[in-house]
Amino acid sequence: MSISIQSIRKTFGSYTALEDISLEIPNGSLTALLGPSGSGKTTLLRIVAGLEFADPGSGKILFHGEDVSEISTGKRGVGFVFQHYALFRHMTVAENIAFGLSVLPSGKRPSKHEIRDRVKELLGLVKLEGLDKRRPHELSGGQRQRVALARALAIRPKVLLLDEPFGALDAQVRKDLRRWLRQFHDEIGLTTIFVTHDQEEALELADEVVVMRNARIEQIGSPQAVYDTPRSPFVYEFLGNVNKLTDTSGSHQYIRPHEVEIRFAAECDPSTDELGTIQHLFSAGPVASLSIRLDNGSFLDVEISRKILDEMCLDQKDRIAVKVRS
Amino acid sequence: MSVRNVTAESAPVRWLLISAAIGVLGLFLLLPLAAVFVEALRKGWEVFLASLHDEAALSAVKLTLMAALVSVPLNTLFGISAAWAITKFRFKGRSLLLALIDLPFAVSPVIAGLVFVLLFGAKGWFGPWLSEHDIKIIFAFPGIIIATIFITFPFVARELIPLMESQGSDQEEAAVTLGARGWQIFWRVTLPNIKWGLLYGVLLCNARAMGEFGAVSVVSGHIRGKTNTLPLHIEVLYNEYQFSAAFACATLLALLALFTLGIKSVVEQLSGHSSSAKH
Repeated sequence: MSISIQSIRKTFGSYTALEDISLEIPNGSLTALLGPSGSGKTTLLRIVAGLEFADPGSGKILFHGEDVSEISTGKRGVGFVFQHYALFRHMTVAENIAFGLSVLPSGKRPSKHEIRDRVKELLGLVKLEGLDKRRPHELSGGQRQRVALARALAIRPKVLLLDEPFGALDAQVRKDLRRWLRQFHDEIGLTTIFVTHDQEEALELADEVVVMRNARIEQIGSPQAVYDTPRSPFVYEFLGNVNKLTDTSGSHQYIRPHEVEIRFAAECDPSTDELGTIQHLFSAGPVASLSIRLDNGSFLDVEISRKILDEMCLDQKDRIAVKVRS
Repeated sequence: MSVRNVTAESAPVRWLLISAAIGVLGLFLLLPLAAVFVEALRKGWEVFLASLHDEAALSAVKLTLMAALVSVPLNTLFGISAAWAITKFRFKGRSLLLALIDLPFAVSPVIAGLVFVLLFGAKGWFGPWLSEHDIKIIFAFPGIIIATIFITFPFVARELIPLMESQGSDQEEAAVTLGARGWQIFWRVTLPNIKWGLLYGVLLCNARAMGEFGAVSVVSGHIRGKTNTLPLHIEVLYNEYQFSAAFACATLLALLALFTLGIKSVVEQLSGHSSSAKH
């Protein structure tokens, strides 16, 4: 199911959360809404879900070409996974997952037997077999997250919406779940939007990244496109580490740490290089990172492979030439 | 004690604090409670039972139960709707509503009773209209109900508002996205989450409804066997120097208090158990 967001505006009193947002999300894609807090990304997700409504007269939300702007959440057929899971804590895992089916009007409600089968199938899908009788407080963060996902999928949604899906998990679980979610998405092919403030997460997981800032969209593109060809200094700085160099004329230049080339001070080419001193050197792992203080006073972060570092026999306080102009 | 705590005081200080707390509790709470039972039984079981079987006493008990039976369910409904409105929605007049809920706590019960006399009494605002239509509110059962409802109005709402505030509306929103409708959300998501707080609020409301003296005293008229609730009946007996009978009836209210406290500690254990396992 494709999603079309057409000039949506949202204000809370005098605060503008979304300013004329338009966005096309193709069927079956995995899209990240990426931005710092206060950028409006969660509000946009909640408007797509129907948990909030855009300002009257501002714009429309279409699901597969059909206007759903005035349709209530329950009838939109969206699966929504909340940042803190929002599991029903007095219910078992199985009851949580079955909730969406058990509240259907009696004519449409599947039989108890069918519900039980569906719950079992979903538990298998999210790899939680055998945990059906547990209660939410007896589960780990990652398990709760997957229960929330299974609960959202039980109603066979046409769209899956995830609000900071990994926000409350610790680093290792995050990584595992991220990989799992990507694989999961590829298997079921459900149009999915997720909100995150973590650029690494967005770049690694999404087909398309929507970078947001101050209630507006800054850039839309594939992870590679937004990383390699950022359209604004904000996108440059928000997506990964970047060095900001100011030349004598006062104009700025951006260069990523891994794009910087270094050579021995003796080989310095004054037309492209700047001289500097290695202030700090961190070399645990395959990539070494260097903090270099240039002679003009500015600092530069550089990443080079351990191999090059070892070959050059570099150490702290060494003088070095850095290629900053092409 | 082998476990030492850095914030623990030295033994004498601890001993002093504990005995001070127990001393005050004993002097002001336990001693009077014991006195009620001792005085009630001073002239033996026969007098005790006879004073409970007295016709006026029975009618007072009946009236008290009736008053609670009407006001507690009404205030439960009111308390739930007020807590729901205040915690789940942002609307104009929300803080006014919050302040109004506390009004019965802030106003002296006697003043509350007088206000109703002023409104519904023979010389009150609606007095002439009421007597024309032969409706009796003051010095009758309806007046007692109105006064009791007013006084016990905040208990359920006050118990629920902080509880529902701390729980937020995440689970309700999840239920909405899963297609649940208003009534289903309340019944299957909200109510199970607040049930222990609600039960305790209802018990407090009940204890006060049965024990209220001031406001009810003003509107009841003290008609023996007719408009005397249990607390009023006790006062009448006491003023007539029937100490044993007065204390015998007082034991009923004391037992109600003990019962409420007992349920409270059970509820706290149960809800403490489920809230500690919340995350």
